[in-house]
Amino acid sequence: MVFEVFRQERKGQPFQHAGALAAPNAEFAEAWAREQYGRRQESEALWVVPRDEIRAVHDFPDELHKTYHRVDGYSLKAKLKEARQRAESAGALSARADLP
Amino acid sequence: MSGRAEMLLAIADDELILGWRDSEWTGIAPSLEEDVAFSSIAQNEIGHARALYELAARDLGTTADELAFDRAPDEYRCAPLVELRRLDWAHTIARHWLYETADELRLAALVASGDAELAGLAAKMDREEVYHRMHAQMWADRLRGEQRFEAAVDELWPYALGVLDADGRAALAQRVGREQVEPVERGNHSEELRELWQEMTSVRRSVPGATW
Repeated sequence: MVFEVFRQERKGQPFQHAGALAAPNAEFAEAWAREQYGRRQESEALWVVPRDEIRAVHDFPDELHKTYHRVDGYSLKAKLKEARQRAESAGALSARADLP
Repeated sequence: MSGRAEMLLAIADDELILGWRDSEWTGIAPSLEEDVAFSSIAQNEIGHARALYELAARDLGTTADELAFDRAPDEYRCAPLVELRRLDWAHTIARHWLYETADELRLAALVASGDAELAGLAAKMDREEVYHRMHAQMWADRLRGEQRFEAAVDELWPYALGVLDADGRAALAQRVGREQVEPVERGNHSEELRELWQEMTSVRRSVPGATW
């Protein structure tokens, strides 16, 4: 069986994936994880999880490229730049119109 | 030499030599995971040896390194159990399990002794030994009933009795579920210890008196 090991470095911090190990059962997995990820006092706590118990999700279709749904958000940078340029050229035109 | 120093050296030598023997699996243990775990346990045993040598060194007016490396092979007080070189996993686990079971009884007696300093160190060591025992028990449970493992336990049982003083042996026999037999006592060393000693002390002997 393969077990995934998650390690918490300090109290209160999130557990992060440390690595995986192969073990015949949970008892061996715990003993081996303890020696591999805890013996140098580098961990506050470990989670030792059978890989089969993890429901892996990795398909996230976005066929229509709905960028406004994405975590990096709706990109305003390019649009702002354009708007600024438009504003500047409009300002320049109106300034010219003020000339005698 | 005081009785206390003699006892400290006997336990320290057990831990050092067993740590050395266990470390012989580094790189060739049955799986990568076990390799890391068993090497870590070996390092722990050597750490326990160091702490015990330091206590003994104070009584004897010397240093831990001198006790660990500068004595002649015949001056070591380790039990024959830890000297045996059996690079076979069934024997290794049989020895590990028998030794840890005996060591638990020995540490419990030290914790309960009137020697506050030694009781304190024994309690600290025991808090690490808990995990060695878990590891040993887990393997013993897994191999129980396997012919090679059972034969190894049969072979090593008289040696395991020799780890403890006469008054601790009944408890060990009970713990392990076996009858007491004629123990292989401390005092006589095997050729295997001499070979181990040659290798273990070779760096230190290469430059006598150097500070490492």
